[in-house]
Amino acid sequence: MVEVKDKSKSFKEIINKIGLPTMIIGTFWIALLIMGGALGISMSTLMSDTLKRAGMNGILVLAMVPSIQSGTGPNFALPIGIVCGLFAIVLSIEFGFMGASWLFVSIALAIVFATILGYLYGKLLNAVKGSEMTIATYTGFSISAFMCLAWLMIPFTSTKMGWFMGNGLRETIQLDAVEGAQILSNFWRFAIGGENGLITVGGTKGLIIPTGMILIFLLCCALVWLYFRSKSGIAISAGGINPRFAQASGIEINRNRVKANILSTVLGAVGIIVYSQGYGYAQLYNAPLMMAFPAVAAVLIGGATASRAKVSHVIIGTIIFQGLLTTALPVANQLFEGTDLSEILRMVIQNGIILYALTQVKGGDK
Amino acid sequence: MNNISTGERLSNKKDTSWIADNIVTLIFVAFTLFGFLVSDGVTVNYFLTELSSRFFRNAFLVLSLIIPVVAGLGLNFGIVVGAMAGQVAIAIVRYFELGGYSGMALTFLLALPIAALFGYFTGALYNKTRGQEMIASLIVGFFANGIYQFLFLFVVGVIIKVPDTHPMIKPDGVGIRTTVDLVKVEEGGLKYALDSIMEIPFMWAVLVVAAAILALQIIRLARKKNTAVFTKNKKMMTILNSVICLVIIAISIFAIATDSGLMKVRKVPVVIGIFIIGLCVFNELILRTKLGQDFRSVGQSQHIAQVSGINVDRTRIIATIMSTVLAAWGQIMYLQNMGTLNTYGAHTQIGMFSVAALLVGGASTQKANIRHAILGTLLFNSMFIMSPEIGLSLFGNALLGEYFRTFMVYGVIGLALGLHVWRTNKKAKESLE
Repeated sequence: MVEVKDKSKSFKEIINKIGLPTMIIGTFWIALLIMGGALGISMSTLMSDTLKRAGMNGILVLAMVPSIQSGTGPNFALPIGIVCGLFAIVLSIEFGFMGASWLFVSIALAIVFATILGYLYGKLLNAVKGSEMTIATYTGFSISAFMCLAWLMIPFTSTKMGWFMGNGLRETIQLDAVEGAQILSNFWRFAIGGENGLITVGGTKGLIIPTGMILIFLLCCALVWLYFRSKSGIAISAGGINPRFAQASGIEINRNRVKANILSTVLGAVGIIVYSQGYGYAQLYNAPLMMAFPAVAAVLIGGATASRAKVSHVIIGTIIFQGLLTTALPVANQLFEGTDLSEILRMVIQNGIILYALTQVKGGDK
Repeated sequence: MNNISTGERLSNKKDTSWIADNIVTLIFVAFTLFGFLVSDGVTVNYFLTELSSRFFRNAFLVLSLIIPVVAGLGLNFGIVVGAMAGQVAIAIVRYFELGGYSGMALTFLLALPIAALFGYFTGALYNKTRGQEMIASLIVGFFANGIYQFLFLFVVGVIIKVPDTHPMIKPDGVGIRTTVDLVKVEEGGLKYALDSIMEIPFMWAVLVVAAAILALQIIRLARKKNTAVFTKNKKMMTILNSVICLVIIAISIFAIATDSGLMKVRKVPVVIGIFIIGLCVFNELILRTKLGQDFRSVGQSQHIAQVSGINVDRTRIIATIMSTVLAAWGQIMYLQNMGTLNTYGAHTQIGMFSVAALLVGGASTQKANIRHAILGTLLFNSMFIMSPEIGLSLFGNALLGEYFRTFMVYGVIGLALGLHVWRTNKKAKESLE
């Protein structure tokens, strides 16, 4: 009897350690993988796609960590960073940069824009303490709607981006035209288990590893991880955990919240550049509008809460969430032909997990 | 207006100017006037026709937001869930071809339990996400949309077998079509089932409404003449309102008598009008009952309400259920006027637009009344009509107006919410110091 008791206790401990959402979604993903295997879907394709999509989304998810740690909640205003990144991409194309220089100019410009807007956004969040999440959502919505006007009105001249007739930019800009499509993904790309030998450099069969993209994601993760071990980063976390105590210890909370949100916005801007190159297209207009929600969901699936997040949550959450979505599409198509179940699954899981996290937020008086 | 405590009323006088209070409303008035100035394509007739049909479609939905605000739940973006309930009821009635006037009544009846159930769940969720209701209500709309699509795209056809020859079902027998024709009411459908019962010319409706408001103002003036609450400012407003009513009455009588161009504005549906007025009266009356008092006390302080023996959680759930059911009915009225059910799109924007309309009318997360809802619906829809015209005449691009419209919707919600929180925080800081 005693043994059984101990076992159940340790089981509970394991669940607590991993986190309930991570367990459920992770188990679901594994079940889908097994089902996919039974249906004869190529595992290496599934895994390659999972890696590709995780690499594309990773930095956007990482952007959640600074804002959550600083106590402003998940960055629902991620579209601010995203439009900064997109604007940088567009400007870099307009200036006529190609290939690697296009990428570097885009990232440099994106960081500049995101720092400015992130600063203003942080100031805004300090003015609306207590309702950050709602206001952030609408700030994000407003700025993407505002940029719809900008894409249409700013007189860009590059023929690679405009409509064939009339003014304004196209809804999707092909990055092939500036040799920017998959520029990071193809960097040092190799395939495991391709046709000739175990590892094929630049191979397109078997399990494809987009080395460049994974490296830049891990680099960003390492930078954020290191930053939150520096004095400045620890001060931010302290302010997030207990604002009053931090204030009493002489930490300037408002300044730290602004700093954290600048970092978050910059990560969002860099993230969309990595995303766009992986996808091969830069999506303008309404594309950034809803992009914050999958990123928030991913970090929550990884085990974060609305008030605590770690870099490990980002890595785990991104892989599980993107893996699940990648696997669900072919499996659902095999099982029920002609239904768009994976999109429905995404909506239910993504918003369900955000709602679950909101129920865990302590707040409101009663 | 009624639910401001005395303390708040006193402090309001001191430090907030009228312009800061009504900045969002003023922006919209200025925008619409500007639209009239720059665009020459819009005739008064076209504008009024569009405005009246949009008003009758949307007013009920906007009014359904008031109760949750009074009960302290903030702006209920979750009326999307109610709208879905309404659409489920319509789909059922349409599938079994139970149209006509009785079918319409059945739709309303069917929507009631479905929406009440959804409202109960949403309300329970709001109780779990106390303090974050607004973002929760937004997300719950997205979440419910997933379930709704699962139901209509997958369950119908795969789990519930349906004949693929049915006009509502997609040709492959799985899922409901993207657009479903609701069929005219004479042919046994739901289209115009409420509108077609009785329609009167626009100017007659204006005349009746203006006369009714005038009568109301006079009664108020006579009854509250000597009470202390009836301040000088309010008296001025009442007299001003009466004068405006008189002018409108004069214009409408003139238009009817001379049969001028204004008589060509599309006729208005009386039944919907009665429903809207009915809901206004309902909203006013419920605040005078015990339940309405509970709403207000919970809205002001959950803690004090709890201590004074009110079941806070239950009251909040009731408020959510009411709002959800009313939204379901509002959506049914909206769709019978549209004539087609846009199965996967009709409900998605409802929450956002209705909230924006209410905020444009001058409401905030803690204060909303009928005046805000009606004024807001009129102003918000004016902006909607004018935006493409302004885009076209200023920049030669109607698409620009469309994007501008979306920007205004999100911007207004963000601005109004942000200003409110900012001012509340500032006030709290001042009182601390």
